[in-house]
Formats: sequence, structure tokens, C-alpha cells
Amino acid sequence: MTDVLALAEHRRGSLRDVSFEMISAGRELADAQGGDLHLAVIGGDVDSFADDLNREGVDAIHTVAEGEEFNHDVYVQAIEQLYAEVAPTALLIPNSVNGLDYAPAVAERLDVPLVTDAVGLDRNGALEVTREMYGSKVATTVEVDADEVVVTVRPAEWPQAEGEGSAEIQSFDADIDESQVRSTVTGFEEVGGGDVDISDADVLVSVGRGIEEEENIELVEALADALGATLSSSRPIVDSGWLPKNRQVGQSGKVVTPKVYIAVGISGAVQHVAGMKGSETIVAINTDPNAPIMDIADYAIVDDLFDVVPELIEEFGGEAP
Amino acid sequence: MKILVAVKEVAEAEDEFEIDGLDIDERYLEYDLNEWDDYAIEEAVQIAEAGDDVEVVSVTVGEERTEETIRMALAKGVDRAIRVWDDTLAGADSLDVSAKADILAAVVEAEDPDLVLTGVQANDDGYGATGVSVAEVVGYEWAAVVNELELDDDTAHVRRELEGGVEELTDVDLPAVLTIQTGINEPRYASLRGIRQAQSKPLDVQGLEDLGLDASVVESPVERTAMFEPESESDVVTFEGDAGEEAGQLAELLRDKGVVEG
Repeated sequence: MTDVLALAEHRRGSLRDVSFEMISAGRELADAQGGDLHLAVIGGDVDSFADDLNREGVDAIHTVAEGEEFNHDVYVQAIEQLYAEVAPTALLIPNSVNGLDYAPAVAERLDVPLVTDAVGLDRNGALEVTREMYGSKVATTVEVDADEVVVTVRPAEWPQAEGEGSAEIQSFDADIDESQVRSTVTGFEEVGGGDVDISDADVLVSVGRGIEEEENIELVEALADALGATLSSSRPIVDSGWLPKNRQVGQSGKVVTPKVYIAVGISGAVQHVAGMKGSETIVAINTDPNAPIMDIADYAIVDDLFDVVPELIEEFGGEAP
Repeated sequence: MKILVAVKEVAEAEDEFEIDGLDIDERYLEYDLNEWDDYAIEEAVQIAEAGDDVEVVSVTVGEERTEETIRMALAKGVDRAIRVWDDTLAGADSLDVSAKADILAAVVEAEDPDLVLTGVQANDDGYGATGVSVAEVVGYEWAAVVNELELDDDTAHVRRELEGGVEELTDVDLPAVLTIQTGINEPRYASLRGIRQAQSKPLDVQGLEDLGLDASVVESPVERTAMFEPESESDVVTFEGDAGEEAGQLAELLRDKGVVEG
């Protein structure tokens, strides 16, 4: 058998975009190894999810009606049983927060090697997975010399599958041992809120690790004021407690799409880029010409922000602190 | 209560570097405690400081150089440390997720902690899989990407940081493995006193045999076959000149776009 089994992901009643990317990644790999693409969706309104997931390229959709929301103890058991029935050579799981909460356990239980955060998949006899290292400074390929593999797939690397499909939809009865369900999701909470909604702003001045010290935030704040812009930040600034969580742009913060995004001292880790790459015009101010942010920036100043930002503030009639 | 904190020394690449074969040339790498693990250490030490009779043990898999990293954990308040290393591990090309999980699981089984903490991921290879794999091997419950933790006798009440500014509230039975996200606390700097005290705290080096494992644990079907610098798809326009000139050009652009006045 050379089939691929890919997992969809949903949260609070909606499929997440990565589900449709899993179809594209899964189809690509299934074609490379000459097999079918099976998709699975576990929990929630599986029938309606299956209808949405029935897009071009999917051969079969397995629905597992177990619980409303994600629970890794249920997922691990359900996938183990479905895997035995489908017998795929590759199991693809989103490299999302929830994906990383069950993929390693599934791989261990199946005794199948695991490669996470794939940005490319190729089969030349053995499976070759492309992934990044050292904060995206380099890419690597790893070869998996085994008959079966579990791979987690980085979100937003493959296009979302479109077009109506003609997959066979089958419900799968998983036999869940409740004594093995030892975690309980008790609720969800939106973080942030507060006085400012950065996703509404036309112009964002965003500050990152390059600012070095908490007191230097003032400098970037003065630039935002001079421009009539809103101040936002990358994750490390929020982690350090220098700005509140509602200012955080990125995968785990807000997704923003302003007309202009000025990234000050931000290197552009993949999690940050996920939150701002939809900006109309991206300007980077950074000393490192090879920083990942330069790959998506439209304009750049490769210089010390402590020299450039005061000059910019002056340009717009403001006063540097 | 006993808490085991698994930490890793990671390599960080300088801005300019060269690749030598399958890795970045050693000259361009600097070694440090993995950022996520620093938060895991802090969380464990805070639990110990808040409660009576809590022992915090730290474990790492690494060569002699990594003692510097684990001494840092001791200096921050960890009670004792274990470094796993021997000739077999030194001879292995790299350890895949499963190998690391098996080695750490053997330490968990020997130590029998109530709670295992580790970082969400390592910022060198970024697999993000060790914690959950260890949990599965030893049969502990787990939670990945935890940014808030409260403990009672038999349950960990955690928040998991999902994408898009949403947090999930989850109760997890103990014993459990939790992978800790940055921002959960504010990691302390090691004080001079702490650094001095760390020198006299126990640091035990164990080999595979001590842990009841044999060489087969390092055999891996996953092998790195290439490393390269990703091709830049950048068509960025770089403003040139001194800081004033650069600022002037950016100002002009922003005025042209009509996003600012003046």
C-alpha cells in the first residue's frame, strides 16, 4: 500500500485553514508515491466538516464522531485504530499547537518515525522531508529510511485545496477507552482585548527583540505617535512584559493586514510572519541584511534602528525621547 | 513532590555563517541554554519555592561541554542534575525524536517524578516533539504549549496557547509531562551566590547502561542528508545612505503612499 492519511483540524465549530492545506500536501505526496489520499476529521460536526473537506484530490474522508472539541487522548486512540484500517505509508498531521499535542504520541504508539514541521515533501524511493533549522537561517533535508512515517506539516506552506471533490465519505466507529482519557478541556478564552485593536490599524509600527531594553520602547512609541500609527510588537516583547498581549502580532497573537507595516528590530521568525505577511506594504528596519524579514519586506533600511528611528521621528515633526 | 526538568543546550548561528557539509561550520555557532527550557526551569523553581518538600531535578543529554548549561539550571535553583552521555551517544550522528524520548523516558522511570517540564521546542532543530513523546513512552498524561500552570494534589490546571490569541483551559491528571511556552513567567538571572552554590550541587553523569538501555536506542531511520541556505525570494528595495538619508527616503515613501501627512 502507498496511501496517505492526513488529518483535518477544527476549533470551536469551524475547520481551520490548515485543513485545506493538508489536502494539497497530502495529494502531492500521494501522487509522488502512487497512492490514494485519505482524510480524517475527528470530533465536532463531522458530517458538515466532511462536506467542506470534500475538495478536489481527496479520495476518501473518514469521519470520527467523538466529542465536540479536540482532546488528544481521544485523538490518539482514534487515529491508532483508523491507521490500522487504512494502512497508509504516511500519516500527515498539521504542525499546529494541537498537532504537536498528539502527533508525537501517535508516532510513539505506532512505533513509526516522526519528522515535524515539514516545508517540503518529496519521494525518491525514500521519503525526503525539507525542514528548517537555526531559526529558519538554513534548510535541511532529512531522509526517512522506513516503510511508514508520521510527518507534521507547517501551516501556510501549501496552498489550500479548492474545487469540488468526489471523495467517498465513511463514518468510522472508534472504540474509545474512557479510562485512558485523562485530560479534559474546560473552556476557551480570548486573550488581549483592552483598549487597542491592532488588527484595525492602517499603519503599524512594530517593535522586536532588536530594541534590547524596556526603556527603549519609548523610542518606537514616539515614532508611532509621530506617524499617527499604532504600536505593535513581536512575541519576545510581550513575553518580557514590555507591552501587553493585545499588541502581539503573530501566530499566537493577532493577524494584521495594515496598509503599511514597519518592522523595527524584528528578525521575522516564521511565527511572526504568519501574523503580518498580508500587510500591503512591509518596511523592515534591521541591521542584518539576511534576516528572514527581508524575504517578505518590500522596503528595507539595513542600519542600526537607534540611528534611524530618531531621524524618522524628526522627519515627521516628532520629538525623540 | 518531585519535578524533573529536561533541558537542552542549543547552538545559535551568527548572522553571517558558512555551511560545512551537513551543518553550519562550528566557528559560527554559539551555545546556550534553550530559551524555552529556561522558562521550564523557572516554572519548576517557582513551584519549589511556593511549596514544602519539592525537589527539582534537571536532566540533559549532552557532551561534557553541556555541563555549563546544566550548572546554569543549578545556579537558578534546581537541586541536582543528571547529564546523560557515553561513547555510544558520542558516536551517534544525531538523535531522532524517538531516541531522545527513550533516553529521557529511562530517566523519568528511574526518578519517578510527579511532574516533568520541558520547553515547547529547541530553537536549533525545532522538532517540538520530545515532551509529548516522553509522556507516551512512560505512560504519563501530557499537555503541549502551556503558558499558565496551577497544581493541586492530583491535577495540573493548564492553559494551552493556541493560534490566533485563543487559550484553551485544560485539566490534566498527574503525573504529567508539560511543554512550557515562553512568557509563562519571567526567568531569573543566576545570582553570583547561585552560581557559587551550583558548584557544590550534585551532577551525576549516566551512560546508556546505567539507564538500562543498549546501543540500539540510537539507531535511527531518520538521517539528515543536506543543509543549504534557502534561496531568497526577496525583491526588497533597500534605502541607501546614512541614517538621515535612509530616514528621508522612507519618509518620502510613506508620504507618497498617503499614510502620513506632513
